[in-house]
Amino acid sequence: MSAVTSVKGLSSLAGILRHVVLLVTGALILVPFLWMISLSIKAPGEIFHASLSFWPVQFYGIENYEKALSEAPLLRYMGNGLMVCGLILALQILLCAPCAYALAKLRFFGRDLVFGMVLAGLILPHQVLSLPLFILGYKLAILNTYTALILPYIVSPFGIFLFRQFFKTIPDDVVHAARLDGLSELAIVWKVMVPMALPAVIAFAIFSVVGHWNDLFWPLIAVRDQSLMPPPLGILVFKNEEAGSDYGPLMAASTLVVLPLTIAFLVAQRWFVEGLTGGAVKQ
Amino acid sequence: MASVLIESISKDYGQTPVLRSISLSIADGEFLTLLGPSGCGKSTLLRILAGLETQDAGSVSIGERVVDGVRPKRRDIAMVFQSYALYPHMSVASNIALPLRMRRLSALQRLPLLGRLLPTTAQIGADIGVEVSRTAKSLGIGDLLSRKPGQLSGGQRQRVAVARAMVRHPAVFLMDEPLSNLDAKLRVQMRAEIKELHQRLRVTFVYVTHDQAEAMTLSDRVAVMLDGELLQVAPPQSIYSDPDNRRVAEFIGSPKINLLDGVMRERGLIDVAGSTIPIEADALAGTQLLLGIRPEAFYHADHAGQGVLTGSVRMVEHMGSDLFVHLGLAGIDQPLIARLVAERAPHIAPGQTLHVGASPDRILLFTRDGRRLRREADPVCRYVAPFREAAR
Repeated sequence: MSAVTSVKGLSSLAGILRHVVLLVTGALILVPFLWMISLSIKAPGEIFHASLSFWPVQFYGIENYEKALSEAPLLRYMGNGLMVCGLILALQILLCAPCAYALAKLRFFGRDLVFGMVLAGLILPHQVLSLPLFILGYKLAILNTYTALILPYIVSPFGIFLFRQFFKTIPDDVVHAARLDGLSELAIVWKVMVPMALPAVIAFAIFSVVGHWNDLFWPLIAVRDQSLMPPPLGILVFKNEEAGSDYGPLMAASTLVVLPLTIAFLVAQRWFVEGLTGGAVKQ
Repeated sequence: MASVLIESISKDYGQTPVLRSISLSIADGEFLTLLGPSGCGKSTLLRILAGLETQDAGSVSIGERVVDGVRPKRRDIAMVFQSYALYPHMSVASNIALPLRMRRLSALQRLPLLGRLLPTTAQIGADIGVEVSRTAKSLGIGDLLSRKPGQLSGGQRQRVAVARAMVRHPAVFLMDEPLSNLDAKLRVQMRAEIKELHQRLRVTFVYVTHDQAEAMTLSDRVAVMLDGELLQVAPPQSIYSDPDNRRVAEFIGSPKINLLDGVMRERGLIDVAGSTIPIEADALAGTQLLLGIRPEAFYHADHAGQGVLTGSVRMVEHMGSDLFVHLGLAGIDQPLIARLVAERAPHIAPGQTLHVGASPDRILLFTRDGRRLRREADPVCRYVAPFREAAR
């Protein structure tokens, strides 16, 4: 009896410790985020006040958000972001899935070499390519267009790699059965492989959308026109031109930009977990 | 309805030969089983038949048409896989309907939304639905059509896989170890159902298995494969009682056939394990031979004598109606296994000395390199082997 309680006591102690560590880590990550929200509802004078407080003395939220929405074309930025991210994701899946299928299930000369090149592409940071891409964009005369924002990303080595790994776990017999049932190779990709790899597709979608929604580096190089800018770049310009040191509206704009992503992520995360366990339990 | 002709098919994986010049002719409506241990190349041969793999040499014809280089879907065949290979994201109905949809609807008609608007789509779709439910009903899965494969038991999935293969009335059915993922009881039941299916459809079946019992109970003919070679093609009874060589004799039958070294003493007499057995054989005196004796070919003898082997009992296994007696013979490591009818055998205890006889016409003779030495007196399919044990 005493042994049981001591073990129980130990495990609850370990549990508390675990939670403390998790809470501290979580807090460290969340503090800047909460600080942003806190600043977005504070009056200008209060932001630079010496005392530290999350909750504003004077609620200035309505003014800040109003200013953020009226003085910068925030909705336009978000619309741009939505379109660019959506098109990038759609084209990525459109190109990555057949590539990954070929690498996972077809036998052809040079397959391993091609896969090696995909891995090399995975290692390469995108920043390294920015200058050649910029020059290429200039020669193709697509700089300062949506195309410039989308085109460099439509082939994702990460997507190919992720899909290929997932496709490899699908038994060859399923592919054989599909061939006997009369499906063409492309039909096998879209009717069999991609639906069976849905968890991987959703995981990839999360990575892709988050990455490109938050991307500042390439849009900074590729576009100048304010009407083409995705949200982070828009906010940067907004800070320089309109707001100056007016941090309240700037933080309000930042909050608004992060919001859709947070909501989308929370929703998708539920599917994501469901998709993973759905496949794992019984097959 | 089609016959299948396989002509000198060879296949290598890198340096390893998987199939060595296999030739086989399968009649229209025949049930032929490719039987062999795992890794003998039988599945590869089936996949070559299906067009899922290409042979390095040789040719395949289905229904008098050479199909080398013809895509799987154009070969008029259907296949049932060991893993069933159902599409887990589709309902049972969609799984079964897919081969019909791919064949009867045009690419345009198969489009998700637009396809439905085209004039004939609805009619073809309805026809397919009728056929799907008729096929499903004939296999007893009519009430499962809306489920996903993940919600089905192994036997039900198996039936769905068969339904998917059946629904488009192929000329040849290929089955790749379809029962090996099922539990023992269900396997026996499904075995009977496959037999029934063949009798009902009367199309050509090519069935791959490593299970002798399946091969013996289902087939019109069995093709025994070992190490990429086709050793013998014959009806089940003759594969068992009249094997062409030692490897076939050893592979078929459970417990394994007893193989004893013997020497021809003179015409009509062979020395074996300290005894002499009278057998007419076409061999010179002094020739070394192998004697193959099935466990059930032995009978209990009262005393030693010509044609009787004597040894000490190492172990007795009671199987109900029969006894498996493991006998240690002088100078032989491997125990001899004799299957005796329980009623006619006396009480046998380990350690005691036992005499067992075997009638000469049930002894198979092989040369030392494993070839069968046939005699004029040899029975050809004289008896049907009792196969109860293997059928477990």
